[in-house]
Amino acid sequence: MIEAPDLSLSALSPFLFVFGAALVGVLVESFAPRHVRQPTQVALALVGTVGGFACTLLLAGRGEVTAAGALAVDGAGLFLQATIAGLGALSVLLFAERALDPARSAFVASAAVPAGSPRDRELLTDERVQTEVYPLATFAVGGMMLFVAANDLLVMFIALEVLSLPLYLICGLSRRRRLLSQEAAVKYFLLGAFASAFFLYGLALVYGATGTVQLAGIRQSVTDDGTGTLLVLGLGLLVVGLMFKASVAPFHTWTPDVYQGAPTPVTAFMAACTKVAAFGAILRLLYVAFGTADWTWRPLVYGIAIVSMVVGAVLGLTQTDVKRMLAYSSIAHAGFLLTGVIGLDAGTGSGLAATLFYLLAYGLTTVGAFAVVTLVRDGDGEATALAQWAGLARRSPLTAAIMTFLLLALAGIPLTSGFTGKFAVFRAAIEVGAWPLAVVALVTSAVAGFFYLRLVVLMYFSEPAEDGPSVGVPGLPTTIVLAVTVAATLVLGVVPGSVLDLADGAARLVG
Amino acid sequence: MSEFPWLLTMIVVPAVGGAAVAALPKGRDALAKQAALAVSLLVLVLAVLATVAFDTGGERFQLTTSVSWIPSFGVDFALGVDGIALVMLLLIGVLVPVVVVASWRDTGPGGRSMKAYFAWLLVLEAMMVGVFAATDVFLFYVFFEAMLVPMYFIIGSFGGPRRQYAAVKFFLYSLLGGLVMLASVIGLYVVSTSQIGEGTFAFDALRSLDIDPGVQKLLFLGFFVAFAIKAPLVPFHTWLPDSGAEAPVGGAVLLVGVLDKVGTFGFIRYCLPLFPDASRTFAPWILGLAVAGILYGALLAMGQSDMKRLVTYTSIAHFGFIALGIFAFTAEGGSGAVLYMVNHGISTGILFLVVGMVITRGGSRSIADYGGIGKKAPVLAGVFLVAGLSSLALPGTNSFVSEFLVLLGSFPTRPVFTIVATVGIVLAALYVLLLIQRAVHGPARGLVTEQPFPDLRRRELVVVAPLLALVIGLGVYPQPLLDLINPAVAATMGDIGSDPAGTQPATAEQGAN
Repeated sequence: MIEAPDLSLSALSPFLFVFGAALVGVLVESFAPRHVRQPTQVALALVGTVGGFACTLLLAGRGEVTAAGALAVDGAGLFLQATIAGLGALSVLLFAERALDPARSAFVASAAVPAGSPRDRELLTDERVQTEVYPLATFAVGGMMLFVAANDLLVMFIALEVLSLPLYLICGLSRRRRLLSQEAAVKYFLLGAFASAFFLYGLALVYGATGTVQLAGIRQSVTDDGTGTLLVLGLGLLVVGLMFKASVAPFHTWTPDVYQGAPTPVTAFMAACTKVAAFGAILRLLYVAFGTADWTWRPLVYGIAIVSMVVGAVLGLTQTDVKRMLAYSSIAHAGFLLTGVIGLDAGTGSGLAATLFYLLAYGLTTVGAFAVVTLVRDGDGEATALAQWAGLARRSPLTAAIMTFLLLALAGIPLTSGFTGKFAVFRAAIEVGAWPLAVVALVTSAVAGFFYLRLVVLMYFSEPAEDGPSVGVPGLPTTIVLAVTVAATLVLGVVPGSVLDLADGAARLVG
Repeated sequence: MSEFPWLLTMIVVPAVGGAAVAALPKGRDALAKQAALAVSLLVLVLAVLATVAFDTGGERFQLTTSVSWIPSFGVDFALGVDGIALVMLLLIGVLVPVVVVASWRDTGPGGRSMKAYFAWLLVLEAMMVGVFAATDVFLFYVFFEAMLVPMYFIIGSFGGPRRQYAAVKFFLYSLLGGLVMLASVIGLYVVSTSQIGEGTFAFDALRSLDIDPGVQKLLFLGFFVAFAIKAPLVPFHTWLPDSGAEAPVGGAVLLVGVLDKVGTFGFIRYCLPLFPDASRTFAPWILGLAVAGILYGALLAMGQSDMKRLVTYTSIAHFGFIALGIFAFTAEGGSGAVLYMVNHGISTGILFLVVGMVITRGGSRSIADYGGIGKKAPVLAGVFLVAGLSSLALPGTNSFVSEFLVLLGSFPTRPVFTIVATVGIVLAALYVLLLIQRAVHGPARGLVTEQPFPDLRRRELVVVAPLLALVIGLGVYPQPLLDLINPAVAATMGDIGSDPAGTQPATAEQGAN
């Protein structure tokens, strides 16, 4: 007879909340009449994400492994889960915005209708709203939360799929520029499938080398038997799979296209939450499973960090589209985050806490920046070409000021959260002696500063174009998102003390 | 009296004032100006009162305020001034109201509202006070970088035709320098963690560290690059002529008069005491750059056809003198350099303002478009002449005292560099007098005849009068400032282990030069 594994239901409560909300969402989608779906789904998704957020807060301080060693409940995991759930809730608010698009939603009315067909043109102005996006996004949030808590490579793989599949779908749901959106979805799916395959292959090799898929077991095996070629190869493939999700160069090629093509609220969701989840998994894998043999991954991560920072900063300079620019910014930031990962030093370094803080700060700022992008529109939807932003400060000083502040945060100017985060990760890297990496990071920060600045120059110092875009008046949801992200970016820059302490206290991985 | 947080008030008042001016409804430009003037005068009063509260014979850092800011980084919001910082605060206090009045009638390009300009000026003032008053290296860095934002908008929104280019160049150069410095700031923190047991950014604690010479060199270079870009020393200077020429006149006065002094202030406050060995190692190279700057700046100033660019190149030459005084490691040289920082703010300030008044009347920045200003506007011409003479350091004007002190202080330890630097004095006379000859003397021609070219108005007299008084006053009686500066400079030179009297070579190695 098979013993049921020991399950701590309280430790699983965040997942129960989020996945529960997603499942109820599917039922609502099937059985509720159309006119009540939108408010119900928004409410459900918010209950799920905010509930998940609250549960992680209640669990704070726990440190245990549950579900037969498949899940770890620890400070770092809970911090990341709370970050994902919170950013997920903000993204759901962006999805729910109805005041900006004349058709009252950023999502296509019927995704199955071929783009450009007569029926599609009819539906373009139809106020019918697609609501599948809410349960899908909730599933993705659940997958991400599972991803950062997975203490077992198989669970990690399942979580990877649970978070990825809904994302592939919702990338293709843009109401406007549907072909671009569908292309993004297909591209993301194909490359994502490759990445999953890499991860799975790596998993198989690691299993072959160590005979276990549990992170703690792998650590034990690494400590006892040392590392062989098979194990190092497996680790390399696992890292490639995870780096893909984290959009780290040279595994970034999907990022600009997908960020550009996806509906902007979805881009915000991906840029913030996927990044947090992927880095959570990277931290757990490298620290828990391979922390005692850090020579196996340190040179690899070191090199990838430099490539990512340079690629993100340099290619960002050449972009002419705001969303693509933010995509390259996200690649550069992935590199900065990896400097924090390098600062993971066998439990003594401040790298883990620094990376946790950076993820939180970056996620909030990015959601805010994409929220601003949804506001700037012309007759054809969002105006994302850089040239269209010229003179925006004359038309809407407040929008331009908010965007400028968020861009300064992304550039890492003091008194914004971006600076605090950068300071924390660079300090962690220098503490373990990786100062050449920190110098590269600082120089690329200056290069990246140029493209953030270029947008500021356009908004403030250029004359507005004759037929330039207008700035939509956001409804309540987007207003909340902007207020929260701007306030958080400011607070985390000016008085970051308590949140840094929180990250310090949470910087613990069990396994 | 000493309990009152003077420095904090001097940061909070303009910051709040700036926010209030920015929040005024559209079209209230007149009120914005009045508010900006009132706030900046209040800061001047505070600066004077702080000086009164400062005891020249007392501890090095006074008027201190310190509260814990980011405990997990070991950062304190710590303010305090020594004599060097205090005179810079006085300079800020004087220049900002002057700039506000000087910009009273300015109009923004393309009919922009000037309200934002005055708001940014006040925010800039708060940042400038902060950068000089910080005694925590992290806090200093925060102000150092945050200071860029208001200046960026002042240049970019209200400057000349190539303002976008100039603003971006200014920002990126400074940002790059700042980020390199950040690496050193973190490095210092790591060193302090290993030596003291807990990381700190407090200046006094960092000063007592004993840093390995190799590490010291790297950390020194990080700070040095940032300050050399800011000051600017010669190979790092190319942003200044663009920014100085394109910035609105008021912005240019503060940019060259105060902002760039953060660089030389950084040399004397941070580079010398924190990294004494590295400072000594690199001193000959830096002196080489300083002297090259003196000659190069002067030669380029002579070749300029644009008046504002000319003034910025003269500043590059002057910054060479300041760096010479600092890196000669003598008390006289150091005091001269600090006094030079103040005097340069005054004399370049007035020169920029006068040039600005000429440009407002003529509408062109080109020297060749003017001639015989003296015939139509004798008072303006007279002020122009005094400003020019102050810039070339004629005895009797303020700059003479400081330039003489720098040369006197540098000669005992660095005779060769000093002798070469004196050539710069001759060149200074050339570039100033050539400018005045071409624009002021001779028959009225060009724009001077084509445009109505009125003499100074009452408001403009109010602008130049206090600066003229300081030019003459400090030229005749600089002692009060020197009393403030000397103890702080002596302490700094003590940190680096040189002979405070400055009559003997500090080390055998230096004596060999």
